[in-house]
Amino acid sequence: MSDQNQKEEKSELEDGSQFAKSTRRTFLSRLGMAGLLVSTRPMIGESARAESPAPSTPELEGAIPVTLRVNGKKYDLRIDPRTTLLDCLREHLHLTGSKKGCDHGQCGACTVHINGRRVNSCLCFAAMYQSDEITTIEGVGQPENLHPMQKAFVSHDAYQCGYCTSGQIMSAVAMLKEPCGPEDAEVKEFMSGNICRCGAYQNIVAAIQSLRQGTAKEKQA
Amino acid sequence: MKLFELSRVDDPDQAIAACAKAATAQQGADIRFIAGGTTLIDLMKLNVETPQKVIDVTHLPFGKIETLPDGGLKIGAMVRNSELAYHPIVRKDYAVLSQAILAGASPQLRNMATTAGNLLQRTRCMYFRDTAMPCNKREPGSGCAAITGVNRSLAILGTSEHCVATNPSDMNVALAALEAIIHIQGTKGERSVSIGDFHLLPGDTPQRETVLEPGDLITHVTLPPSAPGSRSLYLKLRDRASYEFALASTAVVVTALDGKITRARVALGGVGTKPWRSTEAETELTDQLATEAVFRKAADAALRDAKPQSQNGFKVELAKRCLVHALKLVTQTA
Repeated sequence: MSDQNQKEEKSELEDGSQFAKSTRRTFLSRLGMAGLLVSTRPMIGESARAESPAPSTPELEGAIPVTLRVNGKKYDLRIDPRTTLLDCLREHLHLTGSKKGCDHGQCGACTVHINGRRVNSCLCFAAMYQSDEITTIEGVGQPENLHPMQKAFVSHDAYQCGYCTSGQIMSAVAMLKEPCGPEDAEVKEFMSGNICRCGAYQNIVAAIQSLRQGTAKEKQA
Repeated sequence: MKLFELSRVDDPDQAIAACAKAATAQQGADIRFIAGGTTLIDLMKLNVETPQKVIDVTHLPFGKIETLPDGGLKIGAMVRNSELAYHPIVRKDYAVLSQAILAGASPQLRNMATTAGNLLQRTRCMYFRDTAMPCNKREPGSGCAAITGVNRSLAILGTSEHCVATNPSDMNVALAALEAIIHIQGTKGERSVSIGDFHLLPGDTPQRETVLEPGDLITHVTLPPSAPGSRSLYLKLRDRASYEFALASTAVVVTALDGKITRARVALGGVGTKPWRSTEAETELTDQLATEAVFRKAADAALRDAKPQSQNGFKVELAKRCLVHALKLVTQTA
């Protein structure tokens, strides 16, 4: 490589042009991080506001006071009793990692953990989960500190458009503690509640299996 | 979704008193208990259910699975489907129940859905779920759009000229074969109802699906001790291999000695307007040799009264083959 080329490459990197060497994979993972960063800011705001009634929530007729614990943080809110846990997370707490797909408990994009168990947050009334510990994708890992399952999804290219991914990962993380057999077929059955419209299923199974088999090997060693 | 008042109760009497004022405990109830929410919230979003009051019963002390002194099993109303399916006693002594639950819905939904809630699971008939369409179950007297419409997945047993909706539950089919008892606490005290009597045939009141009255609260379900030497199995046939409702399913509990069946319990799913116990099939099996010819006779007996709709004639043969295959598998010697 000529000196000139080296210089150009160096200056490009010094420019901080992060997307200069983007591949589809790094691009998507950066998108994921961007999503997390965007969602982190209001989170901090909310927790600061938690002492006083949340001013971002317009006063609605019939609104009820609700206290939720999400990703280890306490939130005091006033919400319409019809608010699903999914809508509450996205619209009130601005934790937009959990996605709305079908809104009828069929697609799994909204999967979160309640006391460590995976559920469809679109079929939960938020006000019913005030004594529970709720975990969303934002609580599973952060861009600088990814959960091993998130890393496995990135390294196995286990998504295409990425819309179902947070739900897939929430299911996959919960699945690690469920009585799932070792075979791919069993993983597919355990992941059947998460639909991927792009059809990234092969890579999703590969990502999950790589982590499970890695963990199994560690245990043996 | 219509606005409602949400309240939480911490003891059964409070729950019963709060719900006793309801006009009905059936379709369109103005006061509803909520537990897992997997059926109710879904139907509330569709405006098929529009309760004014919703009572959260998830904090009632009905979350345990206990063995009974007679060797039976007591399952609390609030026990989640996943807990029930993976319970070691259920897996060992009531395998058909574990298999049936795991054949239904998704892991997320099974983590939410409760035992009592699953007993009350509503039909997936698309006309019931669509308020723009006539449906005698949702709106009595409006007519049945399914009889002349899309009815491929609907019932062939227990139907009436007013309703052909299928009971969609897998768990209920296993409970029927296990002769479960439903325990109810209500304004007049406690009572117990066998699973066979709990669900009602549609007849000319398809909006009435169970014997429940306003204020009735299911507290638990009991199973008799598992029959000595019996083996059980749930077989489900569907359009997809997973996460799909049954086109036909069967729950069988069979005791066989030296190739001869001494006791049989048979229930069918995906084909009936209620979980379909077939004593006709059981009679054909009892004291007979475990042969395919006998199984086929039992299957013919189970489907003798089947009345297919315009699009689901295939279900008659499918249900028969489902039962024959399940009986073959369950009587196979290891």
